[in-house]
Amino acid sequence: MRYNAYLYILVMALVTYLIRVLPLTLIRREIRNVTIRSFLFYVPYVTLAVMTFPAILDATESTWSAAAALLAGIGLAWWGAGLFQVSVLSCAVVFLLERFLQI
Amino acid sequence: MPNDGKAWFAKGLRDGLPISMGYFAVAFTLGIAAKNAGLTAFQATLTSLLINASAGEFAGFTLISAGASLLEMAAMMLVVNARYLLMSCALSQKLGSQTSLLHRMLIGFDVTDEIFGVSISAPGKLNPFYPFGMMAVSIPGWASGTCLGVLMGNVLPASVVSALSVGLYGMFLAVIIPPARKSRVIAGLIVASMGLSFLFSKLPFLSRISSGMRIILLTVLIAGAAAVLFPVREEGGIPEKEEAAQNAL
Repeated sequence: MRYNAYLYILVMALVTYLIRVLPLTLIRREIRNVTIRSFLFYVPYVTLAVMTFPAILDATESTWSAAAALLAGIGLAWWGAGLFQVSVLSCAVVFLLERFLQI
Repeated sequence: MPNDGKAWFAKGLRDGLPISMGYFAVAFTLGIAAKNAGLTAFQATLTSLLINASAGEFAGFTLISAGASLLEMAAMMLVVNARYLLMSCALSQKLGSQTSLLHRMLIGFDVTDEIFGVSISAPGKLNPFYPFGMMAVSIPGWASGTCLGVLMGNVLPASVVSALSVGLYGMFLAVIIPPARKSRVIAGLIVASMGLSFLFSKLPFLSRISSGMRIILLTVLIAGAAAVLFPVREEGGIPEKEEAAQNAL
C-alpha cells in the first residue's frame, strides 16, 4: 500500500459522492448532447466487462473452475436469473468443481 | 398510497429488504477483496458505509493493492462510477422542483443500480422518503457483509474463499448480460471489451499497463467509440438503428 489506507478511502468516497450528488443538485435540466448521453450509457457495460475478463480467470484456485463459473454466469444471466442468483450460483459452480472434480 | 413521507419510508423499507439481502452476499466477497488489498475490517466497513458501490469499491481495492497514486484512484472512481452520473441526471428529472437541497444531497449519497432502478419505476414524482427507506436497510446489509467478508475470509476454508471470489463477477455478469440479449450493440461491446481486455493483459508492452489504467483506458476508448458509432437517442437506451431493425422484425 503506497499511501495511508484512510487517504485512499477519502478519495474514493469524495469522488464517488460528488459524481452522484452533483447532477441531483446542480443540473435541473436534461442532458441533450447525444454523444455525452450515449457515452454515459455505454460506460457501465464496457467497464464491467473489462473488469470481469480476464481477471475472473485468476480469481479462483483453478483457471478451469473460474472459466466454468464465467460461462455459467453468462448463461444464467442470459436466461433471466437475477443479481443474487447469478452471484450465488457462480460461486456454487466453482465450489462443486474444485471440491468434487478437483479441477 | 397517501403521498406522505412515513408511508413511503415504510414502503422503502419493505422494497429495500431483498436489495439488502443481495447486497449482503455480494459485499461478503467484496470484503475478501478488501482483505486481499491489505485493509482492516474497520477500514473496509468504513469504505462500504461511505461508498456503497460494488464496482467502484472493487476497482478501488484493486488500485490500493497495486499501490496506485491518488490521482489514478480519483480518475478510476470517476470512470468506473460514471454511470451514476447518468442515473443521477435521470433521477433529477424524477424529483419535484420543491425537493429540498438536503433531501437531494441525501438521495445522492446512495444512487446505486438497484435503488435507482426501483426509485425510477415508482409512479409520478419521487418522494425522497422512498429511497431513504431503501437506504436504511440496504446500507447496513452492505456494510455488515463487507465486515464479515474481511473477518470470515480468514476462518473459511480455501475452497469456500475461492468459490466466493467469483461472486462479484457473477453480479457484474447479471448487470451486463440481460441488456446484451436485447441489444446487439451492447452484446458486441461486451465481446469487444473482454477481447481487448484479454489482449491488453497478455500482449508484450500493453501488458505493462497497470490493471487500473487498463480499465480506464479501455472504457474511455470503447464507450467513446460506441457513443460516436451508435448514438443512443431513445429514452430506453436502445440505439436508433437497432430499434428500427427490431421494429421491422
